[in-house]
Amino acid sequence: MDAVRPDPARSAAAGGYNFAYLDEATKRMIRRALLKALAIPGHQVPFGAREMPLPYGWGTGGIQVTASVIGPTDVLKVIDQGADDTTNAVSIRRFFARVAGVATTESTRAATIIQTRHRIPETPLSEGQILVFQVPMPEPLFKLEPRVRESTRLHALADYGLMQVKLYEDIVRYGEVATSYNHPVMVAGRYLMSPSPIPAFDNPKLHMNPAILLFGAGREKRIYAVPPYTPVRSLDFEDHPFRPIRAPHACALCGSTESYLDEVIVDDRGGRMHVCSDTDYCRERREGRR
Amino acid sequence: MTPLLEAAGLQLRFGRITALEDVSLTLWPSEVVAIVGESGSGKSSLLRVLSGLQRPDAGRILYRGADGSLHDVPALSEATRRRLMRSEWGFVFQNPRDALRFSVSAGANVGERLMAAGWRHYGRIRQEVAQWLARVEIDPARIDDDPARFSGGMQQRLQIARSLITRPRLVFMDEPTGGLDVSVQARLLDLIRGLVADLGLAVLLVTHDIAAARLLAHRIMVMRGGRVVEEGLTDRVLDDPQHPYTQLLVSSVLAA
Repeated sequence: MDAVRPDPARSAAAGGYNFAYLDEATKRMIRRALLKALAIPGHQVPFGAREMPLPYGWGTGGIQVTASVIGPTDVLKVIDQGADDTTNAVSIRRFFARVAGVATTESTRAATIIQTRHRIPETPLSEGQILVFQVPMPEPLFKLEPRVRESTRLHALADYGLMQVKLYEDIVRYGEVATSYNHPVMVAGRYLMSPSPIPAFDNPKLHMNPAILLFGAGREKRIYAVPPYTPVRSLDFEDHPFRPIRAPHACALCGSTESYLDEVIVDDRGGRMHVCSDTDYCRERREGRR
Repeated sequence: MTPLLEAAGLQLRFGRITALEDVSLTLWPSEVVAIVGESGSGKSSLLRVLSGLQRPDAGRILYRGADGSLHDVPALSEATRRRLMRSEWGFVFQNPRDALRFSVSAGANVGERLMAAGWRHYGRIRQEVAQWLARVEIDPARIDDDPARFSGGMQQRLQIARSLITRPRLVFMDEPTGGLDVSVQARLLDLIRGLVADLGLAVLLVTHDIAAARLLAHRIMVMRGGRVVEEGLTDRVLDDPQHPYTQLLVSSVLAA
């Protein structure tokens, strides 16, 4: 049980906290859940989520996953809707700088662990990187089947006709599959998975990604994962194929016509501009490093 | 010809109450059998046991699948039972609210079994659904309407389309005309009779409505206190009832 005992040197570095805030027994429990999740891609593994020093919905699941996989030599990047400089991202980055003493960065290339809320960075990830998603609702069927027991059973039997009914209903109501974010995916041809509310634009990046993708839902106490190079297919109909949605503009700052855009209102006379949601990508382009 | 469903020696008790006592039944392909009896006679329990929703305490139920394989119904795995329920079997409940999804359109309700069966072409699903709506006398223009805005009789017809769209071989019906007014009942019975004949469905019909049984069923089983007290061809049983309870049942039908 050596691993469970806190390392006094590390605790001191973390200002009285155990390294990366969580106690070693909790990390071990979460790592076990992560290993199981990686072994069964797309399957939701229950875990004993702890109370964290921030409210549910602010990324408690993602923080616990990050705390369990981070080591002293890791370099951490945190994004919220693609941006490095929003409250949520800044707070979580500062949290880990304080309780784990790790280096932080805003660069996607330099990071070994990226915790994200609702985006996958534009810069392609590489082998050895870990992307940790903050997930509010891990169950893709929850709006269709309110009984957890029943939806668990549907997963066990791979009985996913119901999800197709929802897509059908979307086309009926909106003329197209209208899930512009959180569009359900099939992982490795077996499990239906909620990609956490990333925009549908990011769904293709899940497919055969060389990085490890970990998903943590703190309030719902579920962990799931997509191991590197796993096929991930977005659900659709043959005659209404899945298509990633992107605003038909160029970024007002860097001119990119390929990145996912945010619409920003700039004055009270209806003025607006479209800018990259991924701030690191946008800055790199403006600084001419691309 | 081999029977579609064969049950023998079914027993079911809830504590001290006997729900089924030594019930046996054989259902042949394309045959409609009505199970009649008063409330609490065990007819709904029998339906639940035969469709694998409830395990009997004793007895044997064999179902012959479309591929010729023989299934032991009480021992079916969850996966096989669900597969049968959404492909080869259909269910029509008394209350359409037990079967329909009110959060999605009428078309989605009817098309659900197609999608569960692996249909992934929106246009073709719509086409098939529209055909079935017409078949159960619902205007196909209402395909995108909310089923909660349908009348009771229409909801019941929607439920029928929903369960018959994948052309099941065996349909379990539990009081399909209960709770509807008389003229609507008559139209619905007529519709069911037509569909059953067209599709060659085998039906197990549970009802306390003797008139419905007479109109639809080839054979009748009369149940009381968990036992089958009389069974035979519909006309024989209703015109020449042998058992005192059947005589009482037949004589208590009001002539209009």
